[in-house]
Amino acid sequence: MNLRKYEAVIGLEIHIELKTNSKMFCQCSAEYFGARPNSHTCPICLGLPGALPKANVESIKLVQKLGLALNCNIQLSNKFDRKNYFYPDLAKGFQISQYDQPLTSNGFIYIKNQVEQPKKINITRAHLEEDTGKLTHATINNRSVTLIDFNRSGVPLVEIVSEPDMHSSDEARDYAQKLQQIVRYLGISDADMEKGSMRIEPNVSLRNAGDKILPLYKIELKNINSFKFAQAAIEYEIERQTIILDSGKIPQQETRGWNEVKKQTVSQRSKELAHDYRYFPEPDLVPMQFDKTFISKLKTKIPELPAEKIKRFQKQYELSAYDVDIITNDVDIANFFEQANIAYKKNNPKKIANWIIGELLRRLAQSNQKISQLDILPASLAELLYLIDSGEITNSSAKEIFNQMIKTGNTPKNLLKLMKIKSISPDELDLLVSKVLLANQQAVKDYKAGKTASIGFLIGQLHKKTQGQASPHLAKELILKKLNK
Amino acid sequence: MIIHNYTIQEASKLIAKRKIKVYEIVKAYIDKAKKLNHQFNSFLTISEETALMKAKKVDQLIADHQKLGPLAGISLAVKDLFSTKGIRTTAGSRVLENYVPVYDATVISRLNNAYTITIGKTNLDAWGHGASGENSDFGLTKNPYDPSRVSGGSSSGSAVAVATGASLAATGTDTGGSIRLPSTFCNLVGLKPTYGRVSRYGVISMASSLDTMGHITKTVFDNALVLNVTAGFDFFDSTTSQKPTDDYVSDIDKGVKGLKIGIPREYFQSLNSEIKGKILSAVKILEKFGAKVIDVSLPHTEYGVAVYYVIQTSEVSSNLARYDGIRFGFDRSKFGAEAKRRIILGTFALSAGYYDAFYLKAMKVRRLIRGDFLNAFKKIDVLICPVSPTPAFKIGEKKNDPISMYLSDIFTVNANLAGIPSLAVPCGFVKNSNNGSDPGLPVGMQIIGPDFSEKMLYQVGFAYEQETKWYLKSPKI
Repeated sequence: MNLRKYEAVIGLEIHIELKTNSKMFCQCSAEYFGARPNSHTCPICLGLPGALPKANVESIKLVQKLGLALNCNIQLSNKFDRKNYFYPDLAKGFQISQYDQPLTSNGFIYIKNQVEQPKKINITRAHLEEDTGKLTHATINNRSVTLIDFNRSGVPLVEIVSEPDMHSSDEARDYAQKLQQIVRYLGISDADMEKGSMRIEPNVSLRNAGDKILPLYKIELKNINSFKFAQAAIEYEIERQTIILDSGKIPQQETRGWNEVKKQTVSQRSKELAHDYRYFPEPDLVPMQFDKTFISKLKTKIPELPAEKIKRFQKQYELSAYDVDIITNDVDIANFFEQANIAYKKNNPKKIANWIIGELLRRLAQSNQKISQLDILPASLAELLYLIDSGEITNSSAKEIFNQMIKTGNTPKNLLKLMKIKSISPDELDLLVSKVLLANQQAVKDYKAGKTASIGFLIGQLHKKTQGQASPHLAKELILKKLNK
Repeated sequence: MIIHNYTIQEASKLIAKRKIKVYEIVKAYIDKAKKLNHQFNSFLTISEETALMKAKKVDQLIADHQKLGPLAGISLAVKDLFSTKGIRTTAGSRVLENYVPVYDATVISRLNNAYTITIGKTNLDAWGHGASGENSDFGLTKNPYDPSRVSGGSSSGSAVAVATGASLAATGTDTGGSIRLPSTFCNLVGLKPTYGRVSRYGVISMASSLDTMGHITKTVFDNALVLNVTAGFDFFDSTTSQKPTDDYVSDIDKGVKGLKIGIPREYFQSLNSEIKGKILSAVKILEKFGAKVIDVSLPHTEYGVAVYYVIQTSEVSSNLARYDGIRFGFDRSKFGAEAKRRIILGTFALSAGYYDAFYLKAMKVRRLIRGDFLNAFKKIDVLICPVSPTPAFKIGEKKNDPISMYLSDIFTVNANLAGIPSLAVPCGFVKNSNNGSDPGLPVGMQIIGPDFSEKMLYQVGFAYEQETKWYLKSPKI
């Protein structure tokens, strides 16, 4: 099998739930995760007879913000449409969506491909729609039943459609992750794949290497709830389609789902059964009209986005591209870094970065947590670094304390007492230095006579007296200070 | 005077002056409704217990000298498309035979807050689909002026409830004539308000861009009293207008002096000649009062029914999709023939490849039809034309011929397509039999005005009604 014979053509449809207080068309709380089933419902999101939608202005703004961040055009006049289809999780028998007039269109973002050159991925459109209810298939009293939870019904969703500009599963993953990062920077969604607040549907097809036209078919992939599965599903498809093309056939246009157990994609719906959604303008909602002033005001509310932040961090903090990439990945980490750097007035961003990358992020990864879930304050990291600098604690004690800071949010000085960690106060240390010098008069004389090597002996004595607390570097500094008085 | 011949205006005065107890009136209406229901079938549910309980409460408030407004204690019949909290709401369909809403439609809560008393839910063509009342899954409603004839639909039970003295007012919905047609067939005043003037929230949707929420009363004055309560912006209905409402009752006796009345010639070409005569003599009376009569043309009139049946069925096909029996009611197998017909027609019209030729084109012609009216209103104040080309027809006459049934809407659908208000007002009777005591069959005219001109429509209707008082001619039952 020669992979270079074909080039993969990949486009992504990504759904992201927007973080609004209320649902898209009613006043029910949109924060449904973990809530008792059907407790966040009302006549509108249950689709009861006679209930009418009322558009949530906030969610419209969030999509426009996203559009601006994705370099899209913001359409000044647009409308909602009805997408008609039947499914038990769809309360009204239609979904309110946007058909020919999306809120935003024609944008792009840059991702990095394997050779680390930025690559442009074009974005066709980003439009607003409502989420459906959630079906759970279960067995109750030996009967197979399907349970419906309408808490999710009507939660605002933005659908972002890319152009088929990606050619490998890595590019597809990079694009999806970059999009997730931008969405999180904007604070418009948690975009959490595991919780279902971000869903990826790749379109995959193959063409002969060198061709410029789009293949005559495409395979849509659904049921994907992690970046890893998205990549695996795309890889599987590339392989599957290669075999079909090699045999002289053309893959059948269809929708396939990812089966994680079998590690393969399985056919869900063929083209013959494709839906005719019978879109038409939603008559229960009036068309929307925005003016340019409103959009330019919105523009001022876009925070610094990843690309700009990366550039600034490299310049301002003189960190390596590698460090900056890691620190800016999560905007909360980037903010933590900057605040700690302000609190630690020794102008040593590299030291802060090392602690964040080596300690904080490592421990977060271990406990599968985000910094936003912790109580730790950036100033506490600065405090901890001062304790090391003054010789009160050793580096390894500091790491122990830091671990507790992450877990409890307590300050280093409090933890120092609580954890009964051995430490030497600056006064005690000063006294110990004097004692060492007094007890080793000969070495002091030698040093003063020019035998500077005797300093090593004094450092060793101090190290012994402090039982290792004072680092050789600090010990030398303190001894020299006294000797040179 | 007999309670059942009261108007709201009369009953309201007696209640306010504490000459009669609300309980007494409500009881009398409920008794009448129950007594006549086997004969005319105008009610699907009679809510006797809650109505009498509320009547007692209103009596108590009046005894406590509370000022409650002119609709306090007024018996109301509610078309069974309006959601009523705790009271079964069927839409006239077996699909919703057991459905009890958990909330009130906005119109219902506004009327409740005005202390009206809902005595029951009225029969209708299932989902509002029909011009005769015969499409109800719970049996047709008979015309009190001739029980062998239809009552008109789809607000059939609402009209008959008022006409038979079983209620003082009734709510209705008008998507293509469903208030005006039964009002006309039953000698009543029916308002189809401007689209966006009265909230649709909580009323089971038929065709969302055409549905309007109005009401049926005996007199023009009564009708204005009800609109004073129901009109106005509703947060829950995005299509309602923020434009302030009028006091529809004040200056209702302003008269028509200097008013320019347009007679659209397209509406007088193919109709019963007796009806044509009745309408033209009504116009003569208004002319006598100082109105100017002007001949006008609405050139796209003839496309109205075709456009209406594309847009309406398209929206119906989507609006009826939620009736899957999962959250409430029964499943689709309970849909009647007319609902299925409209679902199929609408689904077809919206299908890929047909959308442009049907729905989109219909929407374009709809704009032209509205344009006709807007042009006419540059020259004239109101239009007067017939509501129906024929008086109430015989039961079964059009039942098996959907097209001829659809053509009953020929004079009414255009006001819905244009979104403008239209008031149906009785204007006499045509002969039905040689029996000397038979009052004949009622005839009605429409007074159509520009957007939000309801106040003017009432002034015109009131001027005419004062001269003719057709509402005094009750059916012999």
